[in-house]
Amino acid sequence: MASTTIDTHAPGAAHHPALQHHFDNMEQQKESATLGMWLFLVTEIMFFGGLFTAYVVYRHAFPGVFAAASHHLDVTLGGINTAVLICSSLTMALAIWSAQINRRKLIVFFLLATIALGSVFLGIKTVEYRDKFHHHLVPGTSFAPDDPHLQGVAGQQSQIFFALYFIMTGLHALHMIIGIGVLAVLAVLSWKGRYDAHYHNPLECSGLYWHFVDIVWIFLFPLLYLIGAHAR
Amino acid sequence: MNTTVDTAEPVVPSPETGSEPRNYLNAAYGLRSWLLTRDHKRIAILYLISVTAFFALGSFFALLIRLELLTPEGDLVSPDTYNRLFTMHGIVMVFFFLIPGIPAVLGNFLVPLMIGAKDLAFPRINLASWYIYCLGGLFTLWSIVHGGVDTGWTFYTPFSTHYSNTYVISAALGIFITGFSSIFTGLNFIVTIHRMRAPGMTWFRLPLFIWSHYATSLIIVLGTPVIAITILLVAAEKLLHLGIFDPALGGDPVLFQHLFWFYSHPAVYIMILPSMGVISELVAAFARKPVFGYKVVAFASIGIAVLGFLVWGHHMFVAGESVYVATVFSVLSMLVAIPSAVKVFNWTFTLYQGSISLQTPMLYALGFIGLFTLGGLTGVMLATLGLDVHVHDTYFIVAHFHYIMVGGTIMGYLGGLHYWWPKISGKLYPAFLSRLSALLVFVGFNLTFFPQFILGYLGMPRRYWSYPPEFQVLNVLSTAGASILGVGYLLPLCYFIWSMRYGKNSGDNPWGAVGLEWDTSSPPPTENFLTTPVVTHGPYEYNPKEVHDRTSQPEARVG
Amino acid sequence: MRSQLPLFPDSASTLSPHVDALFLAWSVVSAFFTLLIAVLILYFMVRYRRRGADDVGEVERPMLWLEIAWTAIPLGIVMAMFVWGTLVFFQLYRPPADAVEYYSVGKQWMWKFQHPDGHREINALHIPAGRAIRLKLTAEDVIHSFYVPAFRLKQDALPGRYTQVWFKATKPGIYHLFCAEYCGAEHSRMIGWIVVMEPRDYEAWLAGGPAGKTMVASGAELFEQLACQTCHRAAPNRPARGPRLEGLYGTQVKLANGGTVTADDDYIRESILNPTAKITAGWDPIMPTFQGQVSEEQLLQLLSYIKSLHADNGGSEAAGGQTAKKTP
Repeated sequence: MASTTIDTHAPGAAHHPALQHHFDNMEQQKESATLGMWLFLVTEIMFFGGLFTAYVVYRHAFPGVFAAASHHLDVTLGGINTAVLICSSLTMALAIWSAQINRRKLIVFFLLATIALGSVFLGIKTVEYRDKFHHHLVPGTSFAPDDPHLQGVAGQQSQIFFALYFIMTGLHALHMIIGIGVLAVLAVLSWKGRYDAHYHNPLECSGLYWHFVDIVWIFLFPLLYLIGAHAR
Repeated sequence: MNTTVDTAEPVVPSPETGSEPRNYLNAAYGLRSWLLTRDHKRIAILYLISVTAFFALGSFFALLIRLELLTPEGDLVSPDTYNRLFTMHGIVMVFFFLIPGIPAVLGNFLVPLMIGAKDLAFPRINLASWYIYCLGGLFTLWSIVHGGVDTGWTFYTPFSTHYSNTYVISAALGIFITGFSSIFTGLNFIVTIHRMRAPGMTWFRLPLFIWSHYATSLIIVLGTPVIAITILLVAAEKLLHLGIFDPALGGDPVLFQHLFWFYSHPAVYIMILPSMGVISELVAAFARKPVFGYKVVAFASIGIAVLGFLVWGHHMFVAGESVYVATVFSVLSMLVAIPSAVKVFNWTFTLYQGSISLQTPMLYALGFIGLFTLGGLTGVMLATLGLDVHVHDTYFIVAHFHYIMVGGTIMGYLGGLHYWWPKISGKLYPAFLSRLSALLVFVGFNLTFFPQFILGYLGMPRRYWSYPPEFQVLNVLSTAGASILGVGYLLPLCYFIWSMRYGKNSGDNPWGAVGLEWDTSSPPPTENFLTTPVVTHGPYEYNPKEVHDRTSQPEARVG
Repeated sequence: MRSQLPLFPDSASTLSPHVDALFLAWSVVSAFFTLLIAVLILYFMVRYRRRGADDVGEVERPMLWLEIAWTAIPLGIVMAMFVWGTLVFFQLYRPPADAVEYYSVGKQWMWKFQHPDGHREINALHIPAGRAIRLKLTAEDVIHSFYVPAFRLKQDALPGRYTQVWFKATKPGIYHLFCAEYCGAEHSRMIGWIVVMEPRDYEAWLAGGPAGKTMVASGAELFEQLACQTCHRAAPNRPARGPRLEGLYGTQVKLANGGTVTADDDYIRESILNPTAKITAGWDPIMPTFQGQVSEEQLLQLLSYIKSLHADNGGSEAAGGQTAKKTP
């Protein structure tokens, strides 16, 4: 025979309870999961990338309209949200650190803190969306801005800005909701003592996802909220 | 019944008791054991069934199209119905057959086996990808039941967003959902190939099937999200009366085309690369020697994947892009053809000093090489700017991509199915019928699509329900060919199913082939290998004594 | 009369032979390589057929020179074809200076044509042989594509934009016109004829039909009807309130935001429909939009008129007074 074989089921091979049977050992499982998460984040970059491409094309086509439309976004609320998200990334990292030092309850605390901050973000976003709705700035048949700069053709073109605003921040918010759901599950599992210094890869992978969602917002905020902001 | 691994000894078949050895097919019975499986081999079978169903549906639409085109006037269906027929033919074939096809069926089955792993990295995600595929399929079927979509599978705006009255949104959502199925498969393959190779299986000992699936997965992961967001924007625009691609609101319909083709061009490499991987395996196995220029072919796969992302603008030469942009895309499109040409030469030269057996899989492989050569050359013709202006959006284009998709991808798919059928099912299929089918497919295919090159240069535009009478003879020839092609496709469906019940047992390795997948039983056990293989040499190393030991059917006169 | 089984299209423009030459060259190359591969496969299939059940192939040494050869040769061929094809393509986009401008609007599901002298046609275009013609295209609704196989050319007609194609017909005859971009239910019936006539016959045809106003004259009439001159031309008692249009076409325009833009067809069309998009430096943004008040054909007539306004002949209406500019 041209190849020899190894028997991985030799007696005495200890199995970590979280080891899945198609993997040979925890190291392989951890590396696979991490690589998988990075690849998934690459797909997310390409997904949002399409929207950023549309944004670049249209902002180049009518910069004045984009600036005028951007003035309708609340920089203060957006700024607070940015700070909130950055803090939530900190608490996420601290949750992982807590696992590394074997502090079970601390893991749960920081995960809950992350969820709380994420919820604050979503709450503020709800306030902003409601405000847009109230001011007839939702693109579509009910679009009717009050702004003299956004009448006629400029108004029609600003619908593209607002469409991009809602779709980009809306998809971002959807990702946050999913992230909060995942963190909630992890919080429950952490409470049950599932993670410790030797095994907390699911926390790390979820942390990667959460940081990514944070980074997307870091791009969205200046591009949507701060166009021509220095001139206001 | 779960299918977890246990360390029990396999049941040795004994003539007295006649009990079957334990394998992935008989490890558990019942619908739940299939619908909740995590075994990549069972998931491959699930995909085989659904992909075949969609292929049948897409073929039915093609049949109606070709029947309508028998006469110059439209007399079989209304123009509106015809428009829905070619749209649904395109959507079903591209998104539900060609893109998942080989990766989800043969890739899922073989990638772990070929690298010596027990399963893919993420078995549950694998199963999820099949369910997501089915869900996307349901949305699309819902569209079809309600009359289908009439935008062309390319959904050009503003027609699709503001003028079409059909179920664009549900079809778009169907495609969006199915995209995730594709992404999960690609992601799974990349991680598996990186992290789960058996000891000794270095990158350059991997079979070329793995290299091409790796390259395909890179494209899937990078490209599919872009079509996802693009089609989502189309659905949003239609649903919410937005104006992102609407010129009346300052939107740019050509932006849609850029975003759409940014994925849809690499998508064609998603469709052809896995088939090329199959061909490498078939040529090596049926010439019983390594593929000539192994490293060149491996790198060519990666090269095609990379270059494939840089050429999308060649779909838009007359769409209003500037002449300078067109020039750049033209030269890049020429370059992407080179790695494919190099592969064709390498496969052909592999036959030199080989030990060639013309069993059915090899017939498909050799047919592929010929048809892909012609299809690929017509591709470089299209990359030539001055020429493309005349033949763009004519039957020349239709002929070109069918030569690649049908003469290329489907031939590879069928060849692969015929080669690995004994591995998948443990059975043999009738040799005469399978060779006859291969011949019918080859003849029928050429008769269907070669006249379309002539029609295209004559100027017959595509997506035409009625056409000037002087084009009729060529259209009739094309329809005649399609009938023969259809028979060629029906036969394997019949005899594969027949073989599952009545076929002779194949034994572990009826072809005497080399490869980790052949080092285990046919069908394999659930955990693929009873003991993990350790690899000590490259792929395709044939020597006579080993062939003798390996071959389970001594006469090798099978299939 | 067309044959029952045509295998090659008519050749009726100066471009056709160039495209056909490209096609012929590629066909020869393709046939050569396809046959080469086919013959090699068939030969190897027979020469190296399996002799016994345990027969295996013989492994040869790696031959890098062979790999390089069959990479470099195809590369050389495609690069040569690329250059050739690009040169032909550039011809298509460089109309000669003496090309006469005709206009076409595609809409679901017909082609509307306007001759420079005002003749209008639907789904048919009569043109003289031997004269270079520049066709300005736009679409009213969805994307269409103007395709004349006998001329070997095609160009998409886009809504909201102008595109252009030029040709010089060589052979009198009647040739197919197709729409080549799927546009809905009647896409395959959005077809017509290009009727190429001897120049004498063309003049006779023009004279025989109802005399219409030329594009320029129609445009001038519209210009007045829509009161464009009240801002764009100074009068003795009234300074101009908008930029001078005489001699504007083709020049560089300085914009209020500091940029510059070329005053081409799309710029003029946009300025009529969406005047505040690009404000000329030194002028107030007071021009109203005419979106909804002018059809695509009327826009083409206005465009035609404005293009005809040369810098030195704007004196027919205006009294040549000083144009006073308002500063922002």
